[in-house]
Amino acid sequence: MSAAGIAGQGLSGRVATSKIYARGVEKRYPSKPGFVLALDDINIEVLTNEFVSIVGPSGCGKSTLLRIIGGLEDKTGGKIVLNDTELSGAGADRGMVFQGYTLFPWLSVAKNIEFGLKIKKMPKEQREAIVEKYINRVGLGKFKNSYPKELSGGMKQRVAIARALANSPEVLLMDEPFGALDPQTKSSMQLLMRQIWQTEKTTVIFVTHDIEEAVFLSQRIYVMDAHPGRIKADIAVYLPHERTLDIKDEPNFISLRKEISAMITHNDN
Amino acid sequence: MASLFRIRKDIDKKTYLLIALSAFALLFCIWAVVSMSGAVKATILPTPAMVLKYVIASVSNGSLQANMGISIFRIMAGFLTAVLIGIPLGILCGAFKVFESFIQSLCEFIRYMPVPAFIPLIMVWIGIGETAKVAVIFLGTLFQVIPMTADIVRSIPEDLINAAYTLGANRRQTVLKVIIPAIMPKLFEMMRMMIGWAWTYLIVSELVAANSGLGYSILKAQRVLKTEAIFAGILIIGILGVLTDRVFAYITKKMFRWVDWGSK
Ligand SMILES: Nc1ncnc2c1ncn2[C@@H]1O[C@H](COP(=O)(O)OP(=O)(O)O)[C@@H](O)[C@H]1O
Ligand SMILES: [Mg+2]
Repeated sequence: MSAAGIAGQGLSGRVATSKIYARGVEKRYPSKPGFVLALDDINIEVLTNEFVSIVGPSGCGKSTLLRIIGGLEDKTGGKIVLNDTELSGAGADRGMVFQGYTLFPWLSVAKNIEFGLKIKKMPKEQREAIVEKYINRVGLGKFKNSYPKELSGGMKQRVAIARALANSPEVLLMDEPFGALDPQTKSSMQLLMRQIWQTEKTTVIFVTHDIEEAVFLSQRIYVMDAHPGRIKADIAVYLPHERTLDIKDEPNFISLRKEISAMITHNDN
Repeated sequence: MASLFRIRKDIDKKTYLLIALSAFALLFCIWAVVSMSGAVKATILPTPAMVLKYVIASVSNGSLQANMGISIFRIMAGFLTAVLIGIPLGILCGAFKVFESFIQSLCEFIRYMPVPAFIPLIMVWIGIGETAKVAVIFLGTLFQVIPMTADIVRSIPEDLINAAYTLGANRRQTVLKVIIPAIMPKLFEMMRMMIGWAWTYLIVSELVAANSGLGYSILKAQRVLKTEAIFAGILIIGILGVLTDRVFAYITKKMFRWVDWGSK
């Protein structure tokens, strides 16, 4: 399960260093007879500046794993290590974008993005500069003073991404952030996400059940099995660094997508 | 015509208002016709004119304003103390299971004890002074405010709170900067509902143990069979109730422009 060897290839000329890893992570939920094993011996590793997706059938434990990494849920075994430090609980070092809309509805777009910076007690001028940068980065400069209720679903997720990035987290965790969007919006969000990752050089763990999305965005994909949730495969994505949406029609892309689909459907019986 | 009777479909705003007004007009006409026909005695059903005359008389001798003043004071005192104590406790119950198990369990028990039944006890403990009336309103609303506030806190989506944590907020900051602003609109709706209850408790306490206030004026009128005064009292209480409700609704709408009322 050592990923370092494969994943290093995506980062030309850069020494691949481990940013975050999970060792032997287990999650049991109490159930009427005994317990349910939602996650069983999960070992994953993500390198600095790497974009890694986790795919798998619904209910395989993707969200549970991401929430454990984010410190939002307790694990029943194993450890999560970020920059050589074992983690417990949530923190600003792991930003998160959720599937549902989680903007603070009483705050304007700019104030939402500013939230984490205010918590950090960053001086005002600095805060304003960062807000300005990320609001423009996600193309919502005109909506600075709008309330979330005035935004479309795609725009809300843009703000959520900007809000997480403004905090400059060590790792950005994303749980099906585009799962509720219509296909067109989804595609443009994927493109934006890919561009943001390239310019911002963030480390991203991206959970999705959409294999095409995972292939398009990632350098590497973990495939999960359900009941119990396990890591089944670790697949490197050998596609050009510069990607446009057209890449989805190329033979390499399609064959990789099919290969991963086959792994997931095989498991269902 | 058929367009008026489609299930859950909107009807024209003007038509709606017109129909609503006609309901009031109809009720008023029935009252006027029956009372003026002479079929029933004025002590059973006074005429609208008698009621109006009584209202004018009590405004000009100042008794209506005095009674209204004291009643409004009691409501405010009882309701505000209940809200000031109940909302913070409710927030604690909604946010922390420890407080829920300690405070809310008790509340849920007391909540279903009828407040009017406490009035004799309150009279024994604190007499029939102003404090007694305020206490009835306070007790009646407090044990509703706590669990209702707690429920509002629990209705905040889990991931809104999780978002705050992943942005670096600690528990104290999450309560102050996320939970409290998030519950504000619903708190106002809750208070709007509670103030309606407070009116009921006020009248109950004034009927039982008072020598001033709108409730007492009704009771006094009954003793001398001045039915028009009873009518006037009930109507004024009703109108005051509707007014407070509308004012609360208006303030809530104006204050919380960020709320997506439509999708609620
Ligand atoms: N609070 C819970 N109690 C019991 N079982 C749970 C709970 N949350 C999730 N599960 C179970 O854990 C498994 C993984 O869920 P989840 O992480 O949401 O999957 P995914 O995100 O991959 O769809 C599911 O089988 C689900 O039924
Ligand atoms: Mg999920």
